[in-house]
Amino acid sequence: MKKLINHVDSVLAESLDGFAAAHSDILTLGAGRQFVRRRTLKQGKVALISGGGSGHEPLHIGFVGHGMLDAACPGQIFTSPTPDQMLAAAESVDTGAGVLFVVKNYSGDMMNFQMAAEMLDRESDMVVINDDVAVENSTYTTGRRGVAGTLLVERIVGAAAELGEGLAHLKALGDSVNRCTASMGVALSSCTVPAAGQPTFQIAADEMELGVGIHGEPGRRRVKMASADDIAAELTGNVLKDLSLKRGQEVVLLVNGFGGTPLHELYVMVNAVHRILEGAGVNAVRHLTGSYVTSLEMAGCSITVSAMDSSMLSLWDSPLHTAALRWGI
Amino acid sequence: MTHKALIQAATQALIDHADELTELDRAIGDGDHGLNMRRGAQAIQAQIDQLDGPSLNDSLRSMGMICMSSIGGSSGPVFGTLLITLAKELPTRPSSDDLARAVGAGIKALTRLGKAEVGQKTLLDVLDPVRRVLEQGGAGLGGRVRQCALDSANATAHIEATRGRASFLRERARGHIDPGSRSMALIIGAICDTL
Repeated sequence: MKKLINHVDSVLAESLDGFAAAHSDILTLGAGRQFVRRRTLKQGKVALISGGGSGHEPLHIGFVGHGMLDAACPGQIFTSPTPDQMLAAAESVDTGAGVLFVVKNYSGDMMNFQMAAEMLDRESDMVVINDDVAVENSTYTTGRRGVAGTLLVERIVGAAAELGEGLAHLKALGDSVNRCTASMGVALSSCTVPAAGQPTFQIAADEMELGVGIHGEPGRRRVKMASADDIAAELTGNVLKDLSLKRGQEVVLLVNGFGGTPLHELYVMVNAVHRILEGAGVNAVRHLTGSYVTSLEMAGCSITVSAMDSSMLSLWDSPLHTAALRWGI
Repeated sequence: MTHKALIQAATQALIDHADELTELDRAIGDGDHGLNMRRGAQAIQAQIDQLDGPSLNDSLRSMGMICMSSIGGSSGPVFGTLLITLAKELPTRPSSDDLARAVGAGIKALTRLGKAEVGQKTLLDVLDPVRRVLEQGGAGLGGRVRQCALDSANATAHIEATRGRASFLRERARGHIDPGSRSMALIIGAICDTL
């Protein structure tokens, strides 16, 4: 696998240093590269902190900035960050109004963030994201995974935090957005973690992995490759079934690339998904299309539908300035 | 016997088998277990002289903290919590009974932390059988513990995953050894061989 790297042992450090340099106007890297944080904090605002394994850029470091996160903790590639990272981030960005952690539902992320929350001697709470409908939520599984929907929660909660909402309100809001958001993905290829040197799973030239997650982990079903329309029908169908929307419902549509699929194809998927939404009487009133929650260079995409109400949509529209997304300022 | 030799052996086993562990994790996870454990093992080896001086309990606690801050993923909190629990529960010169009790406490702490139980294809499926062998005590204990750890890790291949990343694969995870269990068996094996 050809990659733009120097050495596997330094790739994360070099990537973070490059990121910090490219966005030094709004961000700064914490000591020891434990976290990325906004340069300027708003006193008295709840501090919004997320994080997770690297390799999903721009998630989460690319979402640090006005209207979204205050800090993000990057772990090793596809590996949860450690509690000391979250403690250092909290120490750095808490301005006295408490800390809200946004955590994707994976056992590693949950354990590390929970340990950090326990060790924190300041007020904190946590929003857990589990928007992936591909995996069932039952007593015998770890529950549903947190995937591309994480972006939407970080945006809405970030916007509300900017307006001065308190910790309890933000926690409730985050949980609401999580509940009305559903996603499902497909992989056309695997990806290669630099230190591993080979793809995380094998997939034939004529196959796709339905229900894939964002760590290069195999999904639920391996099937023969299908058309964009058929894939859109499968993914959107499952997402809509989970959300049980009424006709006339307004939604945000995120067609997210996993890193290895060109924008050109993502727009084909938007087109296909639109026809399905129209058939279901669902109205996509906001769009985000691009590679935002990636899995290194994995080819494929996920469809995320979020049934936001008008107050959430107004928060969505509010000013935002992060490395990856900017509007209104 | 200083604990330096034990620490060296256990960490070296993880470093030597990093590729194997990564391969196991690639089959049913995201392929980073071997890399994560090697990073933790190297971080511990880098401080091995400082870890040799203090009491067993202090060493275990320090190693737990190193695991917590260097491994990441699920393995960091899991191995970190196990070591910290052992540090709390063990007397300075533990008998096999003391070890059995401490391992039992470790299993409880891990069950609370990861919400996993014995029988769900995690390293608890190595720790619990090992605890029972320690409880029995008797002759040739080191060899029996070593064999138990090895056999239990191999036996995880027959369990359907219900926890962690492998749980997303359900039936497809059958036939694959749990990487965390294999790590646990390697550590226990190295310690038994050195003692």
